[in-house]
Amino acid sequence: MTRLFVILIVALAVTFGVNWFLAEYIDDYVIRVINLCGISIILAVSLNVINGLCGQFSLGHAGFMAIGAYVSAYFTTTLRYFDEAEAKYVSIEPMFATEWGFVPALIVGGFAAAAAGIVVGIPTLRLKGDYLAIATLGFGEIVTIMITNFETIGGANGLPGLPPYSSTFWIYSFVILVVMLSYYLQRSTFGRALIAIRENELAAEVMGVNAARLKVMAFIYGAFFAGIAGGLLGHLQQTISPVTFNFMKSIEVVVMLVLGGLGSMTGAIVGAVILTALPEALRDVESSVGLPGVRMVAYSLVLILLMIFRPQGIFGQKELSLRLLRRLLPAGKSSDTGTGKDREEKDS
Amino acid sequence: MLPLLETEVTFELILQQIANGVAKGSVYALIAVGYTLVYGVLQLINFAHGEVYMLGAYFSYYVQLGLVHFALKRTWIFRLVEVRSVEMTAATVHIALFSFVCAIIGCVLVGVLIERLAYRPLRNSSRLAALITAIGVSLFLQNGGQMVFGADPKSPPIVTVQEAVQVGPVALANTKIIIIAIAAAMMTALHLFVQKTKSGAAMRACSFDMRTARLMGINVDRTIALTFGIGSAMAAVGGVLVAMDQPRLTPLMGLLMGLKAFIAAVLGGIGSIPGAALGGLLLGVAESVVGTWSTTYAEAVAFIVLILVLLVKPSGLLGKAGREKV
Repeated sequence: MTRLFVILIVALAVTFGVNWFLAEYIDDYVIRVINLCGISIILAVSLNVINGLCGQFSLGHAGFMAIGAYVSAYFTTTLRYFDEAEAKYVSIEPMFATEWGFVPALIVGGFAAAAAGIVVGIPTLRLKGDYLAIATLGFGEIVTIMITNFETIGGANGLPGLPPYSSTFWIYSFVILVVMLSYYLQRSTFGRALIAIRENELAAEVMGVNAARLKVMAFIYGAFFAGIAGGLLGHLQQTISPVTFNFMKSIEVVVMLVLGGLGSMTGAIVGAVILTALPEALRDVESSVGLPGVRMVAYSLVLILLMIFRPQGIFGQKELSLRLLRRLLPAGKSSDTGTGKDREEKDS
Repeated sequence: MLPLLETEVTFELILQQIANGVAKGSVYALIAVGYTLVYGVLQLINFAHGEVYMLGAYFSYYVQLGLVHFALKRTWIFRLVEVRSVEMTAATVHIALFSFVCAIIGCVLVGVLIERLAYRPLRNSSRLAALITAIGVSLFLQNGGQMVFGADPKSPPIVTVQEAVQVGPVALANTKIIIIAIAAAMMTALHLFVQKTKSGAAMRACSFDMRTARLMGINVDRTIALTFGIGSAMAAVGGVLVAMDQPRLTPLMGLLMGLKAFIAAVLGGIGSIPGAALGGLLLGVAESVVGTWSTTYAEAVAFIVLILVLLVKPSGLLGKAGREKV
């Protein structure tokens, strides 16, 4: 446990240094892409716990993001609405209007999203596979429609004027938090029970795993960090609107997971970085070709071809680790001569 | 919280909304059939089906555009060369019908191609892989459509002038009556096809048990292609009818329509054709009636219905309650 704290503190210090370095020397656009990558990593790693580890295919991640974004914005942003009785605009002053108040606001947003995770998780326990996917998708759509109808927080026009508190430091602090938590979670009894549910729910229950409880907990965990990521994204873009969180956003996160390998945390990180940075890199190519939209077409083609030719994604369910890298280096250095199955067992 | 409309809600208004809902629901039913047939045979939510509907509308748009321009250049049908859009008259109705047929043929080809290229290689892999591929195909067609057709809304060159026709206590637009009539005819024809013909029997056999069907000498690949073809043809009909009624084509029009049609299929009981019809009609009416008070909340109706159905009776209204195999 002390080791964990040492790693955590060192990582935070490094993030703080990197943040200062970026702000001093790197131009804003690059920083923005780096920040977006961080948010994508939080999203992908948290969704990996629901979709990858627990095997519950959820398409509602954007709904949780929306809840987190709007709830945290509620605490940091001055809301204005038109009071018809008084016939004038009324302002609601934010509760945490300082930069240090930003983190409590984010966490409250995360808890609100986690509460929504319970609301979604419990009733959908009976559903499996595609039905679960479509039900969670429906939940996400309902969230955006509700926001559209809620005039105080901007309705369909969105909510402008969020303070720009999402710095690289805060984003990557949460990246480190979610990655480390998920790493330990994957190796805990809880994580192994989730994997057991994914592999065979009936068998897992026979072995004494409370599948219903764990599935809901997976949803809560994933939703909490989706809410945090939503809040970070909101305070990065400074404007949030229901359209940002429509179900294309959920699908984007799923694609990141699938590209990296469903069930692999490092895969999720790699997938998130590739799919966030690559489209930005392709932006120049796109404008030089003169065909807007090529990017998205390529994106979807990659998804189809990936499913046909390598459905397990880049890493499959393996984790990218130093041991795996060593094994991939030229033969002879590694003494491992076992079959693939043996290797997998050793890996886990 | 409900942003209420200013107009008073009367019984007549509700009746009127129900009638409009029937027209809306007929289109849902036409598209829901494609979901229900494919899900029945492959247990796959064909996410790309909504995009086939979108393509149907666009195919008819381009055929009409070409033919109307051709007719205008020769100048003996229409005097005014500047006219880009023309009314649906006796002189133009044959162009409209021809574009209708072209849209159906085009969509059948697209549907069969999607199955052949994207879904068939994955027939034996996990359902999740197939689901993700379906999402990929859907995204591909949406974005490809935006690239090829452009993102700005288009309206078909042959405009059907809308007139209100008094039917009993309600006034329905003539286009809505056409939609209801054609949809009813198509659904009946499809039901007869599936129940009475040999190919229909093969489809039912495949959805019952694909392996046994193959052992009985049914060409499963051909039957699945046929299923996709029929579903796509129905979606094309839906697309052309909607293009006639609400002339505003966008490459993303299939997205929400597809989702709602799928929900209609789930509501009616997935795998059942009368279920798709019933589910479509109920959903259309429910949306219209809620739309009396709030059009934005009407959008949420479908998703709330979906979650309720999945929680209370996942097999749907007319579906067979089967135990999920472990």
